[in-house]
Amino acid sequence: MKANKTLGYEYIKGFWETNPVLKQVLGMCPTLAVTVSVMNGLAMALATTFVLVFSSLLISSIRKLIPNQVRIAAFIVVIATFVTIADLVMKAQFPDLSKALGPFVPLIVVNCIILGRAEAFASKNSPFRSFLDALGNGTGFLIVLVVMGGIRELIGSRTLLGYQILPNGFEPWLIMILPAGAFLTLGLLMGLANFYVDKKKRSEREELIQKYRKSQNDVEVKGQEA
Amino acid sequence: MDLLLIFLSAAIVNNFVLSLFLGICPFLGVSNKTSSAISMGMAVTFVMVLTAIVSWILYFIVLVPFKLEFLQIPSFILVIASLVQFVEMVIKKVSQPLYRALGIFLPLITTNCAILGLALLLSMREYSLLQSIIFGLGAGAGFTMALFIMAGIREELELTDVPKPFRGVPITLITAGLLALAFMGFAGMI
Repeated sequence: MKANKTLGYEYIKGFWETNPVLKQVLGMCPTLAVTVSVMNGLAMALATTFVLVFSSLLISSIRKLIPNQVRIAAFIVVIATFVTIADLVMKAQFPDLSKALGPFVPLIVVNCIILGRAEAFASKNSPFRSFLDALGNGTGFLIVLVVMGGIRELIGSRTLLGYQILPNGFEPWLIMILPAGAFLTLGLLMGLANFYVDKKKRSEREELIQKYRKSQNDVEVKGQEA
Repeated sequence: MDLLLIFLSAAIVNNFVLSLFLGICPFLGVSNKTSSAISMGMAVTFVMVLTAIVSWILYFIVLVPFKLEFLQIPSFILVIASLVQFVEMVIKKVSQPLYRALGIFLPLITTNCAILGLALLLSMREYSLLQSIIFGLGAGAGFTMALFIMAGIREELELTDVPKPFRGVPITLITAGLLALAFMGFAGMI
């Protein structure tokens, strides 16, 4: 039972608790660059997740064969292989998307999330755990990219996934689809995430204090009664 | 004239950090102090020019004639990683003061997407060797400039009263957004 719980945790923790973008501040370049629309963000996140999951799986399966001194080089070769696969498949199957993402598909190879997970998790844990961890982190990345893409596409060009959502009377904010909009959106999103976490922490602390006071009161009351 | 355009375009109009989003990690990480920003910028520019030369030779003299373009990503990343190691060793041997100034920043450059981005862009745009070198120089100059401006702003930002949830990375991102907005003014230049 306990083992199941922790396995689930390996997967879930990437969503929010250790979200690669909002909490670990990794993989900022693609997050900012490709989130002009939901579709681009989704495609980028899926490609990254593919590379992340398979390279974590492979690295963790061969982790005992890799000498410690050359591990970074070995990780990079594994990652580059999967990135090449993703890049070529995308070029063949979705030429438009591949063109829209530009050099950012090959640049997955230097995405710090992947090397970070390989170094911090996959090189120390069993393949199945690494798989879950990678999948969780990939999903966390996907969530942020889709939310970013959604906000920017909705306000910047009035559409979501290409369908017009806001009425014609709404003047699209051009800045949202320009580079500046990416920085502003991510900055506000991170600020909101921090705000939420702070609020939660504060309410938890207050609850604890109140509980403690209550128990102290009980003790005092009991002492007086005695 | 062509070369000047490439330089200006890489340095200002299509600034690597503020409009292509390459090299955001060091941009957020090392832009605390103007002095370290300049050291980092110098190290990046130096490696960028070298990368431009080496990856141009690798791509157009080795990969293209033998129809090995699909090996582009692994070969570029390995070349850059070994180049950085090599540069580090040479600098350590030749000039101790320079090594001390660049020291810790050099290994960080390997995972800097601006460097790999530069190599990929110059092969995509099919620049000549000279154009590639100028492109590398311009990109490095633009990176240094963005980093330096950002560091200057962040030094002032230390003294201001930022709302607590926005301290650290979020306010830096918002500042970068405003900076990108300012850089958009150059868009009509070329």
